[in-house]
Amino acid sequence: MKYDERLSQVSVLGAAGKMGSGILLLTAVEMTDLSLKKENENIIFVLNAIDVSDKALNGLLNYVRLQVRKIAEKKIVLLRKLYAESNLAYNSEIIDDYIAKVLSIIRPSTLIESSYNSNIIFEAVNENPELKIKLFKTIDENSDETPWFFTNTSSVPINYLDNKAELDGRIIGFHFYNPPAVQKLVELIVSNNTLNELNDFALEYAKNLRKFVVKANDVAGFIGNGYFMRDALLGIGLLDEFKSEYGFPMALYAVNKISHEFMIRPMGIFQLIDYVGIDVCKYIMDVMNPYFDDEDIHSILLDQLLERGIKGGQNSDGSQKPGFFKYAKGKIIEVYDYYNDEYVSVETVSGKTDKIIGNPPDGYIPWKEIIKIKNREKPLTEYFNNLKQSNSKGAEIAKKYLKGSRDIALKLVALNVAHSEKDVNNVMLTGFFHSYGPINNYLPWEEI
Amino acid sequence: MKKEIYITAGYNTISLGTGRKEFNPKKPRPGIEHYIKEAGTHTLKQIGGADNVDETVISNFNASQYNKQANLSGYAPYIDEKLKYKPSTRVEGACGSGGMAIATAVKFLLSEESDVVLTLGFEVQNTVKAVYGADILATAGWWKNRKEGDAHFFPGQFSKRAGAYYNKYGKDYTRKAMIKWYRNAIENARLDPTAQEFHNTNPNLEETASVEPNGEVFVDNLTVYDCSKVSDAASSLAIMTKEGLEKCNIDIKDTVQIIAFAQAEDDVTTKPINPVRLLTTEFAVKSALKKAGITIEQIGTVEAHDCFTIAGIMTVEAVGFAEFGKGAEYVINGNTSRNGKTPFNTTGGLIGWGHPVGATGIHQAVTIWQQLTGNAGNAQINIDETKPYGMSINMGGDDKTVTCIIYKKP
Repeated sequence: MKYDERLSQVSVLGAAGKMGSGILLLTAVEMTDLSLKKENENIIFVLNAIDVSDKALNGLLNYVRLQVRKIAEKKIVLLRKLYAESNLAYNSEIIDDYIAKVLSIIRPSTLIESSYNSNIIFEAVNENPELKIKLFKTIDENSDETPWFFTNTSSVPINYLDNKAELDGRIIGFHFYNPPAVQKLVELIVSNNTLNELNDFALEYAKNLRKFVVKANDVAGFIGNGYFMRDALLGIGLLDEFKSEYGFPMALYAVNKISHEFMIRPMGIFQLIDYVGIDVCKYIMDVMNPYFDDEDIHSILLDQLLERGIKGGQNSDGSQKPGFFKYAKGKIIEVYDYYNDEYVSVETVSGKTDKIIGNPPDGYIPWKEIIKIKNREKPLTEYFNNLKQSNSKGAEIAKKYLKGSRDIALKLVALNVAHSEKDVNNVMLTGFFHSYGPINNYLPWEEI
Repeated sequence: MKKEIYITAGYNTISLGTGRKEFNPKKPRPGIEHYIKEAGTHTLKQIGGADNVDETVISNFNASQYNKQANLSGYAPYIDEKLKYKPSTRVEGACGSGGMAIATAVKFLLSEESDVVLTLGFEVQNTVKAVYGADILATAGWWKNRKEGDAHFFPGQFSKRAGAYYNKYGKDYTRKAMIKWYRNAIENARLDPTAQEFHNTNPNLEETASVEPNGEVFVDNLTVYDCSKVSDAASSLAIMTKEGLEKCNIDIKDTVQIIAFAQAEDDVTTKPINPVRLLTTEFAVKSALKKAGITIEQIGTVEAHDCFTIAGIMTVEAVGFAEFGKGAEYVINGNTSRNGKTPFNTTGGLIGWGHPVGATGIHQAVTIWQQLTGNAGNAQINIDETKPYGMSINMGGDDKTVTCIIYKKP
């Protein structure tokens, strides 16, 4: 079966979720572009958007409609070529028609049976291995086709899913980054049996979506979460180290600020955990932990926060739920005080803490600015040279954290999770939007 | 001309759009009423109030689509209630609307129907994204050509002209001149606080503009730096007879005389016969020069219609400053720069100051008025005694609706 035909009958499981809705959007656009080709005029394109409830699916099409408009506006030059044979002349008419076409191939549904005609199943449900296996098995046993499964798992080994669901290699790990419509990276993971044709198809699909592919080996957590979960534990470890001296809120604020500003990252480590979701982080750690005998990928602190109902993650309108911090319009306004189980205003913490940790050294360029600079090697070298020489508390913690992060990255290569150091750096640059890779020569690592 | 005609009391609002610090596409912006009122009242103030005005001419390209508003002549009394029941006329000639408004006002004065005409142009384009604005701007061409045209319709039209010029005279040579034109435009705009590029601080303008055109995402032969921007603005001035000046108590030193003007029109349904030349512009310029009885050596400054850098270069040739094919060289050698032989577009032109379509022709006249009366502020150039004339060329569509005006300090 050719690519275009294969991608004409598709289902997305968990289509209303954060990742699923993005995968649905990108796939719907790709399928629509195929449907506009003259040679495909006899193919019917159907994309089932499957999720657990009508409530979850409510609003999904509206999201897609708004996002497709943005996509169509950006690629109007291409769209005019695709519409060359039609009578539509104006950009506005073409864009409206295109949006209608994308929406017309999407079929929202709460019934798993809707997927039984699909050639391709994208799975983006919760990070729960048993749930995934159950869905794969059900679909595979009942399907009229011999479907290929794309799992968006960020942690569960593909071999495990392949074996348990008895798919004989009809599965591939195709891990988008959040949000899928924006992030360039896709981590591609094959099982020992993944079909070559499936692998080829996945590469073509990724290329058409203009994604940057990094191939990871089939080790729980892969490269992205293999790094992120350990990096989160590193941050939590530093928090533990300083909380007795400064108290929980100040230590939390300090480590977050240092990992954000001193380390020139898009956000601090605890804000990132909140963004991903404390619950999601715990699920991922739970999945990963059994696979690593000599380390404990587990955080008591996260367990306790969840017991107290503090979960992080986003509301359906995209706003951030409380986690380590409380937020207003994306900005931190309150800091969690673990021992009193309450949030305190950030102002009561920031003044005192900033005095202790100091400011980032000279040459500091905020992440927002530095990410716009294409050749940023020079300003980064200059900045890290100053960081090296700085004795401020903030600089000291930053150096320690950076070294720990680098060790994590090197470990991923040593454990054969990543094929190369470059792959780890690429994942951080394109999936996490870091302004530099963790494996670098900016600091004299042996001395730290 | 049968009577002496003067312009005075020029005013420009800021040209709002990308590049201005005040511009945020996500936040609400002033509407057409704001711009019309600001420009109109400032001109009225300089001429002793609306009592002195006999009639109004308003130029605008396409408020019907950008702002869902037609019947624009009705905005005269909105500027000042004393204009109620006085005549008001709206003119439209796409990007050439402003020049058309001035020509219309002059004709009203020559008809002896009026002595003082308030002349105001405006356009508020940022109500729609550029991708939809392209459809609206495309109505300045023939509607039947929209389908075959580019997504970015007018850049597409002038991309074809640029491509023809590249083929005939060499691409690298032409690109060099286009990049120089861009640099001049931005550097001049930095001297005028109302200009859209006034806040531009880029130290490497030529490097920035030295990107290769990419037809996959824009058009084949132009980059975004070759194009004027999307702008919201209004410009206004008063046009008067000698009697009008007396009535308004205007000092002659605050005026500039319109020596001659010429309008030329080409068939909107036709394509350019010779894409490397602006034939309608050539005709209008020649007529205006003939009527004025002057040569181009006597012109001290020109406001050219550089909707695209290539149009700027072709205008240099159309006026006769350089032979055909040598306009690029003329620009590269600095002849059109502010310290050059004949400074062009001294407040940035359409690329630097902005291109609020229906206001542009009036903005050009205001700039000439500022320069010839010595009121151009930091943008002031030296006007040599042997070159006392100014010229403005305003073009609608793809060299279809052209007005050329020649000015001189009385």
